[in-house]
Amino acid sequence: MKYSAFSLLSNALTYHQHWRKAWRKPEPKKSYDFIIVGGGGHGLATAYYLAKRYGGRNIAVLEKGWVGGGNTARNTTIIRSNYLLPASAALYNHSVDLWHGLSNDINFNVMFSPRGLLHLAHTVSDLREISRRGSANYVHGVDAEILTPEQVQEWVPFINLHGRYPVLGALLQRRGGVARHDAVAWGFARAADALGVDIIENCEVTGFKIEDNTVIGVETTRGAIAANKRVGVVPAGHAGVLAEMAGFRLPIETVPLQAFVSEPLAPVLDCVVMSNTVHAYISQSDKGELVIGGGSDPYNSYSQRGSFDQIEHVAGPIIELYPIFSRVNILRQWGGITDITPDRSPILSATPVKELFFNCGWGTGGFKATPGSGSAFAETLALGHAGTLAAPYALSRFVNGDLVDEAAAAAVAH
Amino acid sequence: MTQDNRLPAPHGLLIDRQQTLTFKFDGREYSGYAGDSIASALAANNVWLLSRSFKYHRPRGILTMAGQDANTMVQLPDEPNVLADREAIREGLIVEGQNYNGSLTNDRDMFVQNFARFLPVGFYYKAFYKPKRIWENFWEPYFRKKAGLGKVNEAAQEQYFDKKYEFCDIAIIGGGAAGLSAAAAAADAGADVILIDENPQLGGALNYARFDVEDSAAAALRQQLLDKIAGRVRVFSNAVCNGWFADHYLPVICGNRLHKIRAKQCIVAGGNIEQPLVFHNNDLPGIMQGSAAQRLIKLYGVRPGSRAVVATANSAGYGVCLDLLDAGVSVAAVADLRTDPPPHPLAQAVAERNVKIWHGHTVYEATPTAGYRHVSTAAIRPLSGRGTCSSGGDTLECDLICMSPGYMPAWQLPCQAGAQLGYDDTRAAFTLENLPQGFALAGAINNSTTLAAACRDGRRAVATLGYSLTTENNDNTSDEEAEEMINTDWHIFPHPRGKEFVDFDEDLQVADILNAAADGYDHVQLAKRYSTAGMGPSQGRHAALSVARLLASASGKSIAETGITTARPPFAAEKLGVMGGRHFNPERHTAMHQQHIALGAQFMPAGLWLRPAYYGEPHARQQCIEKEVLAVRNNVGMVDVSTLGGLEICGSDAGEFLNRIYTGSFTKQAVGRTRYVAMCNEQGVVIDDGVACRLHEQHYYVTATTSGVDNVYRNMLRWNAQWCLDVDISNVSAAWAAVNVAGVKAREVLQRAGCDIDLSTEAFSYMAVKTATVAGIPARLIRVGFVGEMGYEIHVPATFGNALWQALTAAGAEFNIQPFGVEAQRLLRLEKAHIIIGQDTDSMSFPHEVNLEWALAKNKPFFVGARAFEIVSKRPLQRRLVGFSLPADSPKPKEAHLVISGEAMSGRVTSCEYSPTLNKIIGMAYVTPQQTEIGTTINIRTDGGVMAAAQVEALPFYDAEGARQKL
Repeated sequence: MKYSAFSLLSNALTYHQHWRKAWRKPEPKKSYDFIIVGGGGHGLATAYYLAKRYGGRNIAVLEKGWVGGGNTARNTTIIRSNYLLPASAALYNHSVDLWHGLSNDINFNVMFSPRGLLHLAHTVSDLREISRRGSANYVHGVDAEILTPEQVQEWVPFINLHGRYPVLGALLQRRGGVARHDAVAWGFARAADALGVDIIENCEVTGFKIEDNTVIGVETTRGAIAANKRVGVVPAGHAGVLAEMAGFRLPIETVPLQAFVSEPLAPVLDCVVMSNTVHAYISQSDKGELVIGGGSDPYNSYSQRGSFDQIEHVAGPIIELYPIFSRVNILRQWGGITDITPDRSPILSATPVKELFFNCGWGTGGFKATPGSGSAFAETLALGHAGTLAAPYALSRFVNGDLVDEAAAAAVAH
Repeated sequence: MTQDNRLPAPHGLLIDRQQTLTFKFDGREYSGYAGDSIASALAANNVWLLSRSFKYHRPRGILTMAGQDANTMVQLPDEPNVLADREAIREGLIVEGQNYNGSLTNDRDMFVQNFARFLPVGFYYKAFYKPKRIWENFWEPYFRKKAGLGKVNEAAQEQYFDKKYEFCDIAIIGGGAAGLSAAAAAADAGADVILIDENPQLGGALNYARFDVEDSAAAALRQQLLDKIAGRVRVFSNAVCNGWFADHYLPVICGNRLHKIRAKQCIVAGGNIEQPLVFHNNDLPGIMQGSAAQRLIKLYGVRPGSRAVVATANSAGYGVCLDLLDAGVSVAAVADLRTDPPPHPLAQAVAERNVKIWHGHTVYEATPTAGYRHVSTAAIRPLSGRGTCSSGGDTLECDLICMSPGYMPAWQLPCQAGAQLGYDDTRAAFTLENLPQGFALAGAINNSTTLAAACRDGRRAVATLGYSLTTENNDNTSDEEAEEMINTDWHIFPHPRGKEFVDFDEDLQVADILNAAADGYDHVQLAKRYSTAGMGPSQGRHAALSVARLLASASGKSIAETGITTARPPFAAEKLGVMGGRHFNPERHTAMHQQHIALGAQFMPAGLWLRPAYYGEPHARQQCIEKEVLAVRNNVGMVDVSTLGGLEICGSDAGEFLNRIYTGSFTKQAVGRTRYVAMCNEQGVVIDDGVACRLHEQHYYVTATTSGVDNVYRNMLRWNAQWCLDVDISNVSAAWAAVNVAGVKAREVLQRAGCDIDLSTEAFSYMAVKTATVAGIPARLIRVGFVGEMGYEIHVPATFGNALWQALTAAGAEFNIQPFGVEAQRLLRLEKAHIIIGQDTDSMSFPHEVNLEWALAKNKPFFVGARAFEIVSKRPLQRRLVGFSLPADSPKPKEAHLVISGEAMSGRVTSCEYSPTLNKIIGMAYVTPQQTEIGTTINIRTDGGVMAAAQVEALPFYDAEGARQKL
């Protein structure tokens, strides 16, 4: 059933008894052409684009818990593409292009809101960084503007320009913004389901079936499932565990990343503001909550919660920069677990096992890439090797040194 | 207005009737007593409508009187979303309603509830995005405007917040019967105890609930327990423990102070959370939890209504009934959901007072007064099945409905600590299982609901933590009364017209939860996210049980399998300011700071330090810098370099240690000589530099960059923790002040200041280090040449820094010595092509890319980063730092401008300035290996997209032979 204002009205007349489930709840079949492990935003987007663009039929997405329950449900929903390096700019800008129009494409309102995103510069070296990145964005065709402190104040009238973290300028991406994170998973799930993809929840992969160094299927808590063509693994925070099941290791460390929201407030902040130097990121949701994120917890862990200190470390700069929020109540804090690669860029790659591909290592910045990642990984699965966008993100770069080291080059968190 | 609903003493434990306070609510003046909350004072004045609901803008009033719901959220001038049942009134306080369109009493947006059918759960996912861009351009701004609750005041004065650490053996959270009893037993056993309670007064339910017909047991027990703990336990009242973090780390908020408590063990005696009954119009003002009515009566001396209906499924509801009767409220009826309840003294007493009791009945619907502003009737119907009623019963006029159908244990803290929530079908209640080590529950949260059981459970909890109880505390007598079943197994009554609210915060009705499940969002986490159940300010305290039961019934799963969503911190709302703490803006000044101010210095930050950027007026910045540069090049200048990092490396392995930490070779360095040092990380990237001065066979004084020294020091300690070399490492950055005197007349200035050693080139050559006295001050003199002129870095104990500067100023006067700042120093070193770590390098800069191959010792087995560099150096070079120049009148590139080749970026500028010495623009930039040849033209994209063509030049730009620094 197509979603529209008309369908809303007509269903209201029947007391909403006739909506179909957003996606079927199928029993797993014995075999699929493509098996995608991980039913988060990236995995579901992969399935959707594989079915839609590359004619993939007979696809399963296996999710160990509930759809979108990993980092899709836990991020601060920021979307941008103003990266420094060409490989990053290409991938993330492809993603931003897909965000614009995604709701219409998948017939589900993901509430993409390109309200503009500011990166603040607090030091002279921050100013150099935004200048360099701004120029690089220009070269790559990514929209970017450098703002003066006064222009920053026009965007955020109550910002404290002269506090402990003085605001010396900002890099603006107007096409950046936020989206309703859960809806992205649901929208892709529903759209993929409509194209025949089986989304199988409560189905944890417990092992890979490998013969002649080629993956031929997976073992799951709901039985063995054979893969006729390829297996794509798209986990959130457990890539290392899955790689180990397949018999190889990934250069990944896993750390918690926390965020928190305030109680709902009348609209007060109309853009996304990021301060990389002090790790304080803030926006306001459509419901009115301030959504606040910070830096990673400084230790490795698979637990989806973090330390109290980290919350204090984020709140400090937030009230320095935005003193008016000091009386705002925090409603809820939570943690996700992020897979961090040595160069902080993702892995979209073939693996030592034939026909087994991994899409992982998105670290602290995977949400914004959801459609782009899905589209690039779908191409990879369809072709059996990396396409143009995915090519720079091969595992081999950690051996040959061709890193895509955005963080090191620009000192900007994802 | 008079306080018509006020009850006489002894009702009103918390209020002081001697102190009358006046305040304003929604534009009208009211009076209350000191100790009143906003909600209790308004209730005393018969004002029940406190807020408007989130979606339908329905009138809402008191629900819990415990600060646990969004119904009482009001707006203070400086603060949004304030809990009116928590916030105390003050003289002159101004309180407003929030989230309404029009006025609080007449909200134009209440029409929305008539369209509820067209706004089903998740409706906004199903439309509003066609045509393209209409969401962000029209609908989103519209929805945003309609959403949100209170307003942030942009002009509010800043508040003071701070933090404090506390430590204890046992932290007990909850100061009711069980918590007090645990505290007493723990104190008896010798434990250092902190007792944390969120209320103004210890006692918990002992303060307001009714445990016996005479209503005397609670007060007596309370006094007995308070006597036991007096002076023996640290008590935090009005303090909320907002989370449990690893190893019993507890953030406890008390006013504007955050106490961070590290406890060895924890006892949570947090009690139960009373749940609402779900029926048609159960959100009207005048409908509240039974415990809320009791709190109003006992704590605040406020009559909660005049004619009440009580809906209950346990004996507590009868206690409520007796309290109401004693407060002069007539009770029209009790609807007891149980068909055949076991006899109970409280129920017996109610019956004896001629209150009509309907067994096997519920309140099925309520009707409102005009504008939904208050409840006016309650319809009592007989139960005919789970959630269904048959006709019969009665419809009673009332202005108060008390709901006491059951409880949830306060699961949040235990679950954060790792406990699991189970569901006991026979008791129809959630239970907490698998408690972690060093963690115990006590009292109602642990199903011990009678007074005796709660006290015994408090003592037992102490024993489970490994303490031996005294004989007095060690009674194992079992309770004579059987534990009562306090929950009904079903408390939700769907209504054809809906508006039976499951979640008050989010205006969610029964159909919303069921529709979410039908849409496929049947997992409790999906249902929460799709319907927003439990996402509001009360975080599901009153919705979790209903949602779990509804979803379980929709999916056919058990309630245990369905579960509830994760209990995240904070337990109660906490201000961002409390988390952020006190404003703290550290700033470091060198010993000569006042001198710089006197000289008219313009300062710039360098990490936490303030350093003179240049001396003179900002409008003449360029001239000032040029003047300073030319003085150094042609005459003599002095610069404060106290902020440089300083490290003392002493011990028999000092040379070996430096050999491993830095890239160069130091074991053969002669005493009295200085060498350049460069440090790499394990990736082979250059991360710091400085000089190492060998003062003694076993003693090096090493400098590091201003911003890098702390990291360098940390690295050194970390590495030596592995290497275990015989070496002591100390960071002495702040212990030394230093001045660099540079220029052809530097030697004469030093002699004039009075120096007790031979300064001639022969006796004290370039890169030598000596100890001496300068102007009578003990000093370390280092002949280094960062700015490329003959010069001396004079390091003295920081206390002498000011004296040194004065002495040099006096001695230099006749030579026209020029103080110079960081800007001039940067330009001078750029002319010499000395790199600045962090400006000319980034986190990917390998030594050979920044022309530091010469600083790598070839013949040593190891240094940090050597292995990585060995691999990297075999790969083709990807970029290199080169010098470039442009004519003085070209567009001037700035740091971070890009070098463009064709359509792509091929490099970037790291440093660039106009050089008055050379009368041209000079700079350094990373370029591709193809662009490194001298004379190559590189194109730089400058401000505004203007392209500038620069020539690659040999480095350094100035005094290539280094003759001047060696004079």
